[in-house]
Amino acid sequence: MNSSMKLFRVIKPGFFTTVQDLGRYGFLKYGVPISGAMDEFSLKLANMLVGNNLSGACLEITVLGPELEVLHDAQIAVAGGDILVRVNGQGAPMWQTVSVKRGDVLSLGKVHAVCRAYLAVRGGIDVPPVLGSWSTYVRCEMGGIHGRQLKVDDVIEGFDTAQPLDFCLSVQEDFVPRFSSEVNVSVVLGPQLESFTKKGVETFLSSPYAVTIEADRMGYRLEGPVIERGEQVATISEAILPGSVQVPPNGKPIMTMKDAQTTGGYPKIAIVISSDLPILGQLKPNDWIRFQEIPLAEAHRRLCEYNEKIRVVESKLLRRSWSDL
Amino acid sequence: MEFGNTISPEVNRKVHALHDAVSDARMSGVYECVPTYRSLLVAYDPMVVSYEELVSQVKCLETMLKAYVSERKERRVVIPVVYGGDYGPDLAQVSRYHSLSESDVVRIHSEREYLVYMIGFIAGFPYLGELADEIATPRLESPRIRVPEGSVGIAEKQTGIYPREAPGGWRIIGRTPLKLFDPSWQLPALLQPGDTVKFKQVSTDEFMRVRAEVSKGSYGTFTRE
Repeated sequence: MNSSMKLFRVIKPGFFTTVQDLGRYGFLKYGVPISGAMDEFSLKLANMLVGNNLSGACLEITVLGPELEVLHDAQIAVAGGDILVRVNGQGAPMWQTVSVKRGDVLSLGKVHAVCRAYLAVRGGIDVPPVLGSWSTYVRCEMGGIHGRQLKVDDVIEGFDTAQPLDFCLSVQEDFVPRFSSEVNVSVVLGPQLESFTKKGVETFLSSPYAVTIEADRMGYRLEGPVIERGEQVATISEAILPGSVQVPPNGKPIMTMKDAQTTGGYPKIAIVISSDLPILGQLKPNDWIRFQEIPLAEAHRRLCEYNEKIRVVESKLLRRSWSDL
Repeated sequence: MEFGNTISPEVNRKVHALHDAVSDARMSGVYECVPTYRSLLVAYDPMVVSYEELVSQVKCLETMLKAYVSERKERRVVIPVVYGGDYGPDLAQVSRYHSLSESDVVRIHSEREYLVYMIGFIAGFPYLGELADEIATPRLESPRIRVPEGSVGIAEKQTGIYPREAPGGWRIIGRTPLKLFDPSWQLPALLQPGDTVKFKQVSTDEFMRVRAEVSKGSYGTFTRE
């Protein structure tokens, strides 16, 4: 039996804070979306900074962070979009292991420029796994803390299995991602490319699209030039993965994200490559996306590069003893 | 993988057969395999298996499909339903739409066996077909904000069941006391893609009795393999 400990009590829940890991795989055919961190890259970095397995459960902070009473001495790390981290009102760094003591108040401010940040804790957050994952899927009240976002007075537990790190880890300056609210993402065209005219595909690849106010963990409705659909348009529902660009009859694309419905009938003009999904997961209303087509083989090469980058960041973490800080 | 461009039990059975074949083959690198009306999504990790290799393996399985279609274990599930009244607020309208009596609609809906084409929309929602033309009815013009759990609906030539309360535009003709989805089950959905389903009209008393048994966990669904 894993032992767990009470880590935090929620003083303020923040705008929309949920427990997420790398997602729930294998149940798409039962209508269960993959869920998991919108920005997987930052979640992995947060985990590595507290010496966790990279798939450990973290708090995903959206727009505005929570305020937490620390109930047990712990080591934490915050990664993702720029956010003010305070312990008892004193600023604390992101991208670094931070020690907190029982009785401390840990507060996280507003996420700047982008949308999401991740709070990892040494050992990982302990919630009952559902279908093999700790991730919260709010729509079906599954996973996380009672299948929902944090509320005042929730108590968050953590695994008590890991010894505290006797050194402090931080990400080398050069490896700290630079987030932007105007992004270029690469796509592989299809699978229903034949549902669009040549002009439609050109419009899609040459125009910037804005994220509208209808943007959440399920997906983003985009605003921009109408993508012309052809005469023979595919309409029979089929399975969809996160990162798909669907085009409904009005010609305005809809991006599916981690909590998207598992099936859909709109034709898909393209799918965003896996290694660009974390960038996409950081976007908020009024941010801009440009799509760039690449061949499948190039997409696979980039995924390889992306995985390698995570390995490099981890192997080059700076290690300092606590007394040097 | 695509099989034509129509919705029919014949096409869909091929999809399920290929799904079974791919699942049974336990190909390394494949992390999701999702059957839908006329296509099968095979999601893979390109760091483990290349696209070309995967396609050739799946195509190879496809050539052996006939055996899978005939060998597939048919699971049949009987779904008890209270039709009409508060449980099926659109039954009257559906019957008027087709100039049928309510009992005709119920008879036609419950006499057929349906194939579970796919599961989607929300966790555990089965898309069943195909529905008899006599009762095929378009969706509501304006979807309801809340459709109660267990509601049985009609949309065009399909029928389906809401596993939990959700917004929805299907015409609701009845409600089942069965639980369709529970993540604590080994297979989280009562119905699997490719299963055969038949509806059975029951009284409100029977509904209450079944629902009590379901919540105690003592209700054995009328499932036969």
